[in-house]
Amino acid sequence: MADTKVVSEVTGSVWKVLVAVGDSVEADSPVVLIESMKMEIPVLAPDSGVVTEILVATGDPISEGQAVIALKT
Amino acid sequence: MQRIKSLFVANRGEIAVRIIRACRELGIASVQAYSEADSESLAVKLADKAVCVGAAPSKDSYLNRKALIDAVKAAGADAIHPGYGFLSENAEFADECVKAGLIYVGPEASVIRMMGDKAAARRLALDVGVPITMGSPDPIKSPDEAIEIGKRIGYPLLVKAAAGGGGRGMRVVTQESELRESLERAAAEATAAFGDGSLYIEKYLSPVRHVEVQVIGDGKDVIHLGERDCTIQRRHQKLVEEGPSPALTPALRERLTASAVALAKHVGYRNAGTLEYIVDAAKQEFYFIEMNTRIQVEHPVTEMLTGLDLVKMQIRIADGELLSVKQSDVQTSGHVIECRINAEDPEKGFMPRPGVLSEYSAPSGPGVRVDSHAYPGYKLPPHYDSLIAKLLVWGSDRTEALSRMQRALGEFQISGVPTTIEFHKRLIREPDFIASNIHTRYVKEHMWAGHPTQHML
Repeated sequence: MADTKVVSEVTGSVWKVLVAVGDSVEADSPVVLIESMKMEIPVLAPDSGVVTEILVATGDPISEGQAVIALKT
Repeated sequence: MQRIKSLFVANRGEIAVRIIRACRELGIASVQAYSEADSESLAVKLADKAVCVGAAPSKDSYLNRKALIDAVKAAGADAIHPGYGFLSENAEFADECVKAGLIYVGPEASVIRMMGDKAAARRLALDVGVPITMGSPDPIKSPDEAIEIGKRIGYPLLVKAAAGGGGRGMRVVTQESELRESLERAAAEATAAFGDGSLYIEKYLSPVRHVEVQVIGDGKDVIHLGERDCTIQRRHQKLVEEGPSPALTPALRERLTASAVALAKHVGYRNAGTLEYIVDAAKQEFYFIEMNTRIQVEHPVTEMLTGLDLVKMQIRIADGELLSVKQSDVQTSGHVIECRINAEDPEKGFMPRPGVLSEYSAPSGPGVRVDSHAYPGYKLPPHYDSLIAKLLVWGSDRTEALSRMQRALGEFQISGVPTTIEFHKRLIREPDFIASNIHTRYVKEHMWAGHPTQHML
């Protein structure tokens, strides 16, 4: 078991948070949608695990490399 | 008599610059709207006057109808140009502009509304005898009706938002078992994105090309200015446009352009407009998809082919003038290609990359046109689209246009953000592109075959 911060690869803003604390997610499944330059870019879970923390809210500005959720993998 | 003395530009980026240039040539003062993120934009620097209309997110500024109309009045402008995207196909906004006593550079709100409803536009096309893809002429009423239609026309199907556009709210369904879930998700997406969850269904044809016809009307007459081939796309969005289409025989071109003029005349069209079609080159058949009731990103392709200035023509028509050219006056010469230079990383599935252009140097020389709002040090905000520049070349034939494009791409220097320049260089060398043996999924299925980000296209 390890704690993993899931980061956005793109600068933009949070379009939608797709998971809640306690949810189990599969590797490569989308957890947050980022809107950047009018495109919706999914942030994918790098591993399967359980969501332990949501670090952003809808509408928040996001920088490249910023963590959006925490996962226990 | 010229009524428009001062025109308000309710848009941003390269199209705002394009409109300001048209105004200057027409002797019209320009007033540029800008958001807090765009205070350093080229349009703001070039316009006679600039007004901040709100915060960076589009909904607070370029989509904020009240703020825009208040700004027009405060600035004393008498006309408004909506550009493309944002409010350019918003019937309520067109209505509100007219009610506020402004000249709206575009068609009547009723025409925008009708063409904005993709299902209504399909019905209209049927009325005029323009072929459409098989599918539901009206928005579907229930999943059961959709399943019935699926049985009748066969899979794959395309589920589309009636209010959609620009590739958003569109889904390919390959079999009946996926249909119900796709409808639910598409309706939810369409409601979120467009405030209208109605959907319609059409047969998904592939491989096909995407070809569009440029028209311009003054309310009495409509003429066409030829076609543009926009087959090279990623995520249903255009990357390259060219004209004339290498895929049309003269007979097919004649039928296609005639259908576009017939449809536009049927609604008494007044403005520049574009009718989009899919073309099955093997069968030499075409099907109407939709009409865009505004200036299009790729309009300079047509300008370079015909020598006409579409933006000035739009403004003159809005000002009450009739078309100064007849169909028989319109001549096209040579071949034009446009490449969209976007701040995107093709290696990462064309992921958008906002940032600062530490270096920006555009090509020039014979037969080259660059429409852009960029300059060295310009910061591309994440709030708006990724377009940095439109690079166009004219050649006496397609072969010359291709070599000229390769030359111009080689001169384009941009640093600070990844761009689509290298992608275009590679595309122009592809034997299939040189032979124009392409379809709308060419980039995804051929150029990105086996690439780890293929699914993102």
